Amino acid sequence: MNILPLKAMFMLAWRNLWRNHRRTTIMLAAITVGVWAMIFMTALMRGMVDDMLLNGIRSLPGEVQIHHPAYRDDPSINNSIAAPDEELLKALQIPQVTAWTSRVRVPAVISSERDTRGVVLLGIEPDSEVQVSFDADTIYEGRFLEDSSDRGLVIGAKMADHLETDLGKRVVVMSQDPDNNIADRGFRIVGIYKAKLASLEETYIYAGRDTVQKLLKLGDNVSEIAITSEDYRNVDNWYPRIKQAAGEGVETLPWYEVDTYLGSMLAMMDGFVLVWIIIVFLALSFGLVNTLVMAVFERVREIGLMQALGMRPSTILYQILMESLLLLLIGLLLGNILAVGTVIPLQAGIDISIVAEGMEMMGTSSMLYPALKLNDMIMANVIVIVLGLLTSILPAWRAASYDPIEALNKT
Amino acid sequence: MSSIVCKDLCKTFQQGEEIITGLDHVSIEIDAGDFVCLSGPSGSGKTTLLNAMGGLDTPDSGRIRVGNTQVDELGKGPLADMRLHKIGFVFQAYNLIPVLTARENVEFVMQVRGEPAQERSQRSHQILKEVGLEGMEDRRPAQLSGGQQQRVAVARAIVSKPTLVLADEPTANLDSVTAGQLMDLFVELNQNHNITFVIATHDTRVMAYARRLIKMRDGKIISDEKQQQPQIED
Repeated sequence: MNILPLKAMFMLAWRNLWRNHRRTTIMLAAITVGVWAMIFMTALMRGMVDDMLLNGIRSLPGEVQIHHPAYRDDPSINNSIAAPDEELLKALQIPQVTAWTSRVRVPAVISSERDTRGVVLLGIEPDSEVQVSFDADTIYEGRFLEDSSDRGLVIGAKMADHLETDLGKRVVVMSQDPDNNIADRGFRIVGIYKAKLASLEETYIYAGRDTVQKLLKLGDNVSEIAITSEDYRNVDNWYPRIKQAAGEGVETLPWYEVDTYLGSMLAMMDGFVLVWIIIVFLALSFGLVNTLVMAVFERVREIGLMQALGMRPSTILYQILMESLLLLLIGLLLGNILAVGTVIPLQAGIDISIVAEGMEMMGTSSMLYPALKLNDMIMANVIVIVLGLLTSILPAWRAASYDPIEALNKT
Repeated sequence: MSSIVCKDLCKTFQQGEEIITGLDHVSIEIDAGDFVCLSGPSGSGKTTLLNAMGGLDTPDSGRIRVGNTQVDELGKGPLADMRLHKIGFVFQAYNLIPVLTARENVEFVMQVRGEPAQERSQRSHQILKEVGLEGMEDRRPAQLSGGQQQRVAVARAIVSKPTLVLADEPTANLDSVTAGQLMDLFVELNQNHNITFVIATHDTRVMAYARRLIKMRDGKIISDEKQQQPQIED
């Protein structure tokens, strides 16, 4: 089979590429910028969606939750579960689990002397809660809860504004006990927190778990067990083990099932990234095809000569595709370097507070952290190579189809 | 034994509404090791006949055999294989691949044939020396004169030891001295390597080198004569 060896084909392709420096440089610049745009914009979009998802998961809170099977339909105190048994405690030791906590979570009403608001009362164990969801550093006045028997209350800054109350003042929290009687208690506000999303400040109030259990006459029961890991995307790798240990009597769900909107957001983002990359590529492909068509058009006689010397049409086709591949690979290399070089300095965060209110409606915070994912980079590179070679087939096929005599006589 | 046998070849071309006859029932046999010139004015059919012999062009009718290969029965791929393994081509111009050096141009055909690097290197060096281009191996075509470029093309045509070299107006772009040197080289290769040469030309100086002179007009052979070939000293 008369096929030019790969090394010779590479050398010929490389030299042919640089016959027209200007054209090759312009095309390389276009591929580089295109690839940069694919990866950089994807990193920004990923960062935004990551932020939305993490904020969403934080407001659940927990990547995997164990509840009473009826809790999601009726999150009342009647649908509580027992504290983790030995088997579940053992399962929670697996390396993927970075932290877990059990909490009482009930709808409640908080009243100050000025106003009354509906809230979600979380009875928490502070040490483990801060590892799962609450960031103790967000306390901007007072302190966080010290232990699960702490009798103080931590509320959000927005809620404090609404209630026109302040640190050190007393408020009354009301809910229902399992016998459907009103359970109420006076709490002194020991801390006020600020969250990334104002909606969280208006929703959650925190008290010690033992204190809330006593208030609601729950014994050791809790509303939910919340578990977190290093990467919310990999939850499928470990949550079945927890589900098995938790048993059939409870409902063990990953975050994307607890909040299906968040789950579909991730899937939608994957689709959006793919569409974005393909759109950028389509813009690029016109330049790529034009470059190759011109390169072929300028070398018609030479192609005829190669055929006359005994090069098969298929070898001519491979030769032109090799030139396209080289062009794409160099463009990809430069584009990737440029993308990584521009994303890394921005990973400390881009301040978008100027549009923070609008962004908050979407569930994102005022700092945007670009998220450069290896999978996204691989996808962009593979798409550019595969589609690039596919679009190059047309000019390559044209070159391979020349009649040697017509090609040699071309003026 | 005949190196080439053409029987009753016909070929017409459409040029606008006009039908031009390229070959009109041409039959010819060329012996192995012969040195043949096809001569005649432009449009006489000599290049068409040369291209048909080399499998570059397909006649409308008739049979062509090169060695043991029935050329008119081959598809594009096998035709390319035949050109690669049996035939060396020298064209009037645009003979070399401009991005390759003289040595790389010579080695190109051997690379396509899959010959090992060491053998390629040895033979290309030897053949370039034989055509008088020693020391110019690493020059690109643009750095060589027209005559030197044709010598590289000749070196490439014979480096794979073909049984047949087809040359189309090889001296057309050369001055008389360089043309003479090139023809001396052809005769030397013909005599020393027993390669069959078929040269299409309308240059009378070139015709003088042939052992057999075939004259064509309007796609027909009008005369076919044997003549004395000058002896070239080594």
